[in-house]
Amino acid sequence: MKTASLEVTNVIWRRIKKNRMAQVGAYITVFFIIIAIFAPVIAPYDPTEQRFEDSLQGPSLKHFFGTDIYGRDVFSRVIYGARTSLKIASIAVSISLIIGSLLGSIAGFFGRVIDEIIMRFFDILLAFPSILLAIAIMTILGAGDTNLIIALAVYSIPQFARIARSSVLSVKQNEYVDAAKAIGESPWSILFRYVIPNSFAPILVQASMRMATAILGISGLGFLGLGVKPPTPEWGTDLSLALTYLYVAPHLGIFPGLAIFLVVMGFNYLGDGLNDALNPRLKDR
Amino acid sequence: MLNFIIRRLLLLIPILIGVSIVTFLMVHFIPGDPARILAGQNATPEDVLAIRERFGLDKPLTVQYFMFMKALISGEVKSLRTEKNVMEEIIPRFLNTLQLSILSIIISASMGIFFGIIAGVKRNTWIDNLVMGFSLFGVSMPVFWLGILLMLLFAVKLGWLPAGGKGTWKHMILPAITLGMATSAIIARMTRANILQVFHQDYIRTAYAFGISERKIIYKYVLKNALIPVVTIVGLQFGYLLGGAVLTESVFGWPGVGRLIAESIFTRDYTLIQVGVMFVALIFVLVNLIVDFTYAILDPRIRYGQG
Repeated sequence: MKTASLEVTNVIWRRIKKNRMAQVGAYITVFFIIIAIFAPVIAPYDPTEQRFEDSLQGPSLKHFFGTDIYGRDVFSRVIYGARTSLKIASIAVSISLIIGSLLGSIAGFFGRVIDEIIMRFFDILLAFPSILLAIAIMTILGAGDTNLIIALAVYSIPQFARIARSSVLSVKQNEYVDAAKAIGESPWSILFRYVIPNSFAPILVQASMRMATAILGISGLGFLGLGVKPPTPEWGTDLSLALTYLYVAPHLGIFPGLAIFLVVMGFNYLGDGLNDALNPRLKDR
Repeated sequence: MLNFIIRRLLLLIPILIGVSIVTFLMVHFIPGDPARILAGQNATPEDVLAIRERFGLDKPLTVQYFMFMKALISGEVKSLRTEKNVMEEIIPRFLNTLQLSILSIIISASMGIFFGIIAGVKRNTWIDNLVMGFSLFGVSMPVFWLGILLMLLFAVKLGWLPAGGKGTWKHMILPAITLGMATSAIIARMTRANILQVFHQDYIRTAYAFGISERKIIYKYVLKNALIPVVTIVGLQFGYLLGGAVLTESVFGWPGVGRLIAESIFTRDYTLIQVGVMFVALIFVLVNLIVDFTYAILDPRIRYGQG
């Protein structure tokens, strides 16, 4: 069993390495992860330090991306912004991945009443357009990192649950599951030892896509003034400030948006590429 | 068909009740005393007490829920800020959102289907790669950034179009394009995927074997079958546009329901947020239901009886 799964992992890894889209996505995301980790080394200025004498300067050698109304260095804020977005998005996605796929797997594996209860509850959450649900949650909880994580996790959990459920529904038809039942393994042991590990591929793809959605969510909420607490550097919050000074300092509207766009594209490419690598039959579709 | 419609309508009831419970509970999850928060920072203890009585906050939660629903149905829920009936505030704003979303879906569906067909028919060529590459761009673009960029180019630099607000048809162009960009990318991807799926079907292979020209196969068999699910996708996307227009509306100052909810956040108008979110969720669910019905009418092969 172990060697077989190792072999499968090797095949998948080889396919990922061959897939150009997955590679591009991986390069972009790794690039941003490095920026986030080494932000204090890369950023030339303190991202929150205000120097009013330098207010609203255009890009120059001193300030690569110019400065904002408070004279803060936009380049440093964009660099530190990667840290804010990636940290919050990865925690939110991890939480929703664990809770969502666990509940979805339980729903799919045990079926009947448990399935109905879990999935109907998620249907209710899915009835809300995701950004509105997040807005509602943030309005109630108030701005801040933890609340942002909760808001993003709440609207990602149903998505993971749906994917995990449908994946488990197909995996549990396999003969090895019947075999495990026949030798008297308990349902929970079958679920955790055989079913969940074998239905993980689509969840992984979903995780990459959800990272993209979460980063868009963080910046969208930030843009509406519901994200992290100021003066924390965050791309969406900085873009909303840019909108006020669009006529006098158009450069403010470029760089934070470009950063969001690139990192989101990276995760989307990675997710798409992973999907192709893990489901080769879908490649031509 | 009738059975399907009745069953879907019945399924709608628990979802709507669930939506109303979740939105109702929103105010109760506010940390601290909701009456104090609803009354505002400068409220006297008498004001807080009045709020508590007015909203029945001293009663058990289930009683409060039924009171809230009764007030909502009889149109007695008022905005905390303007004291006007919340629906009087929401409906005109919703009509503005509807106007923007309709224009946006027309633009994005025509572009998405057109490019999706080209990519699907010319599959695995450079045209396909180009269209798919652009569609991933479209999906990855944050709407508010796209809005800012379009505004920078067409309003600030070129001065061709107004930067925001609502007035002439010119005011609608930039917000409609911004709102529809991601949608057109999604529609293009789905259209292409459907076309490729149909190309894999046996009857298409048979058609080729019979020596029917590729042109005829594409127009007569592939597109006809591939575009039915696209109707569903366009419909679902329309629902998303109605619900997700809040960011676009905020960038362009478009007075839609999304922006109304965003504004209410800053004025702490909890009842308006509560009812606004509930209203948009209701519209979203209804649009999805209509899409399902349309699909059932367009494609009788779908065995809804077992769904």
